[in-house]
Amino acid sequence: MAIKPKPNELLSAINYAPPQKQWMDNPVEFKKGYYCYGAKPKNLEYIGFPNGREWNSADQDWKLVDNWKEIFLEGMENLLKKFRSFRLFMDICVRCGACADKCHFFIGTGDPKNMPVLRAELLRSIYRRYFTVAGKLGKIAGARDLTEDVFKEIWYYYYQCTECRRCSVFCPYGIDQAEITMMGRELINLLGCCTDWISGPLANCYRTGNHLGLQPHTIKSNFDYMLDDLEEHTGVRVEPTFNRKGAEILFVTPSADFFAEPGVFTCMGYLLLFHYLGLDYTWSTYASEGGNFGFFTSNEMMKRLNSKIYAESKRLGVKWILGGECGHMWRVLHQYMDTMNGPADHLEAPVSPFTGTKFENAKSTKMVHISEFTADLIKHGKLKLDKSRNDNLNVTFHDSCNTSRGMGIFEEPRYIINSVCNHFHEMPDSTTRENTFCCGSGSGLNAGEIEELRMLGGLPRANAVKYVKEKHGVNMLSCICAIDRAVLPPLIDYWMPDVGVCGVSELLGNALIMPGEKERENNLRGEPLPGMEEKGEEE
Amino acid sequence: MKISVLLSEKKREIAKTWFDLIVETYPQDTANFLKTQKNRFGNPVGHTISEGIEVVLEELSGEMDFARISKYLDNIIRIRAIQDFTPSQAVGFIFLLKKVIREELFNEIHANHLFDELLVIESKIDQLANISFDMYIACREKIYKLKANELRNRTSRILKMSNMFKEAEVEEKDTAGF
Amino acid sequence: MGMIFSLIAVIVLVAVAFVGTQLHLSGLFGVAIPYLAFLVFIAGFVRKVIKWGQSPVPFHIPTTCGQQKSLPWIKQSKLDNPSTTLQVIGRMALEVLLFRSLFRNIKTHRTDGGPVYGSNKWLWLGGLAFHVTFFVVFIRHLRFFTEPVPAWVNMLDAVDGFVQVGVPHMLITGVVLLAAATYLLLRRIFNSQVQYISLAADYFPLFLIIGIALTGILMRYFIKVDIVKVKELTMGLATFKATVPDGIGSIFFIHLFLISVLFAYFPFSKLMHLAGVFMSPTRNLANNSRAVRHINPWNPKVHLHTYEEYEDEFREVMKSEGIPVEKE
Repeated sequence: MAIKPKPNELLSAINYAPPQKQWMDNPVEFKKGYYCYGAKPKNLEYIGFPNGREWNSADQDWKLVDNWKEIFLEGMENLLKKFRSFRLFMDICVRCGACADKCHFFIGTGDPKNMPVLRAELLRSIYRRYFTVAGKLGKIAGARDLTEDVFKEIWYYYYQCTECRRCSVFCPYGIDQAEITMMGRELINLLGCCTDWISGPLANCYRTGNHLGLQPHTIKSNFDYMLDDLEEHTGVRVEPTFNRKGAEILFVTPSADFFAEPGVFTCMGYLLLFHYLGLDYTWSTYASEGGNFGFFTSNEMMKRLNSKIYAESKRLGVKWILGGECGHMWRVLHQYMDTMNGPADHLEAPVSPFTGTKFENAKSTKMVHISEFTADLIKHGKLKLDKSRNDNLNVTFHDSCNTSRGMGIFEEPRYIINSVCNHFHEMPDSTTRENTFCCGSGSGLNAGEIEELRMLGGLPRANAVKYVKEKHGVNMLSCICAIDRAVLPPLIDYWMPDVGVCGVSELLGNALIMPGEKERENNLRGEPLPGMEEKGEEE
Repeated sequence: MKISVLLSEKKREIAKTWFDLIVETYPQDTANFLKTQKNRFGNPVGHTISEGIEVVLEELSGEMDFARISKYLDNIIRIRAIQDFTPSQAVGFIFLLKKVIREELFNEIHANHLFDELLVIESKIDQLANISFDMYIACREKIYKLKANELRNRTSRILKMSNMFKEAEVEEKDTAGF
Repeated sequence: MGMIFSLIAVIVLVAVAFVGTQLHLSGLFGVAIPYLAFLVFIAGFVRKVIKWGQSPVPFHIPTTCGQQKSLPWIKQSKLDNPSTTLQVIGRMALEVLLFRSLFRNIKTHRTDGGPVYGSNKWLWLGGLAFHVTFFVVFIRHLRFFTEPVPAWVNMLDAVDGFVQVGVPHMLITGVVLLAAATYLLLRRIFNSQVQYISLAADYFPLFLIIGIALTGILMRYFIKVDIVKVKELTMGLATFKATVPDGIGSIFFIHLFLISVLFAYFPFSKLMHLAGVFMSPTRNLANNSRAVRHINPWNPKVHLHTYEEYEDEFREVMKSEGIPVEKE
């Protein structure tokens, strides 16, 4: 039997797992590619956040202020008093485990602390220790002391949650890890431990109105450049206006739609639609960002950034506001804006100028989703469409977490897609609508330094796309979210190349027959339309 | 008796043992999840591994169709390449197959004097390891490329525009997002 | 660790009650402790609910699990994404009575080898069986606290004993309760994911309830106690004329003591989900936040970056691009 090798000879390269311990006894291990860089002090200072400093999340020493523990616990007490959700969710979890395998980060990484219930327990153990009687008993009561390592563990895992709310759908008490993550991040921000990726856009957005820090003239010239492209593809010159007083409608969309690919093609779709309709609307350079990284930081920061939209609508004297395709932007607009910065008495309840439809569901906030607006137009036969221009596409639709589980906009985009495309295929039931899987990069996690984590977090989504690609030949993944448009292309590229990503309005823009258009040979990306491939080559 | 026949006869046992060994390269808490969930959408990692080893075993005892093996092997490596393994850990699971085959088939191999055939099979497994390493590197390169592309795409229009309009002043930002 | 700790704790509780009756402390275990436990339960329960109520719901955050109400021709999913109070009541009823959210787990998934059912179907079934039977058993016990016993309680008893096995007739709910609680316990022990997240606070109530169910079943079918005397005691408790008749077996006092512990423990534990489920803002709000303004009582005053500040910084470049400005 001498030939039979000892297992060790073969397996020296492989680390066997240590025996299973209680989760509290497994200290956090920061894995490369799984955590973000720390916030730079100048960004925090600009937005008036406390405790900014030069620090590195990879270092042992985070240079926390001396009384960090008091700040954390005081902050926690404060939040418990302010949010019923927080106090309730700290108290009533029965650890049934229904949420455990619902999280895309758990499914992708297999890390048990990514089970929503355990991610919550990281904070719950602190709550028990300092805010309940039983918690004084310590570990047996599921309580533990707040130490620097524990704080780092919370930081590490609360930036491995995209606040997608999938767990909340399956929880018998509706416990929402997104809500708990938001609380955790509020506390993290009290200690100046925001990520670089979130704090940069925060500061930019506060100053210039958009995440990249584009100044008004740059926005304008960027649009001009986009309009040239649009004219080249369609033969129609679109002339949008900026900061125009007296327009009927203010249009707000994530700024990524002005300058990032493939977002710009979605933006071209909006521009064509509004031009086609002759819509009396304006863009704003001051409120040039629909997205809101404050949502990933603190409720106050969210309010500060969001305030620009109502303020600008008031200054310009518009009647109501139309919003572009974005996920977390719409969660904020739908569930938070009116509460934070309303009432919007300076506006009127939105009515479509073309169909007369009253958007009853938006009568208080006075802001309508572009998909609601467009679906209504199509239903009333207001748009001339040539579906065949999208015939080269086998389209599927990715429901964005925030618009799915924080709003419920499912049929509107599907109706539009089915009106402008001939080939539409759904992904499996367990991965769409309220069950949709996150892109893996939401809530400020679309940073380059955590590419690995994002690829794993997005694996469940990619896996479902792969399934429809193999089954139906799907080659285009449509969505109504700017973060999706930015992060799904690399995700798809890594897991199964040759599926494109687009906004629903881009598909609409392709199909829309513009008055006065030239013979359309290219789609909005400048690629030949179906049946025009040869023409392109001849030229 | 040929070893390939043995392989296909005992394919089920070999696949199971190999799967278990691969899964044990993950922390135990993770391993439990990978083993228990059978659903393709609920457990893509476990599903990909079991699907992949099925194909490898099929081909190892059959035609050795490298195109087909590569496709499924790639699925596994693609996952392991971003799971914080060292390169040798990421592709080392291939060698576990040698251990499994030796252990599962030892008695039959011994009885039927099939050691020369075993050597052939093991060389094939070595070949798989070689391919796997290439795949691993390709995946890592892809990750770096994606990072670079993302940086570019985020501001692609501005970059393009600034080339067109030299006079346009583009502020350099050290942070980008939206 | 948590499991062993909880098991020992419940065994100790049983021993305490047993020793207590041997020492003729039936006044303590039959009257004082039950009263005290009940008081603690009421006071603790109310205190907790008030505490929750004191924290406001600043934002309108229902989790939407179906199509929203938007355009009139799009079919709204009224129970999963309610937009009116009535619909919210419907959603809550489904949640509380049928465990709607847990039920979601049983969706079939298409896989290559035919449909596979999510294993969590069992969690829904086990959970529902546990809670329903617990509730029925609780109601059945009203017969010990009322005289005459209301007809509907007798009816419930009759229905519960429909299998007509044994003398007295076996009550199916007691058996199911014990089975379901055992399932929930085994799941915690053998499902590695659930085991990893389980605390002593998860095992303890299960052991306690299993203990209560076991002693109850033992008392009814095996180690019989004098039911007339038991009723004398319980009626005494209910009418505040407590007496402890002699000759009630120890098993009854063990049963009663475990129940007392459960009551007293209740308000300080996860069992408060009984009340919490009704207050969960992701479930009990209508998804109408764009139609009706939700008020945040502590809506903070924050520093804003106003348009004026913005224009002051960028006026020149705005003018150069022909973007209208307020001040020339």
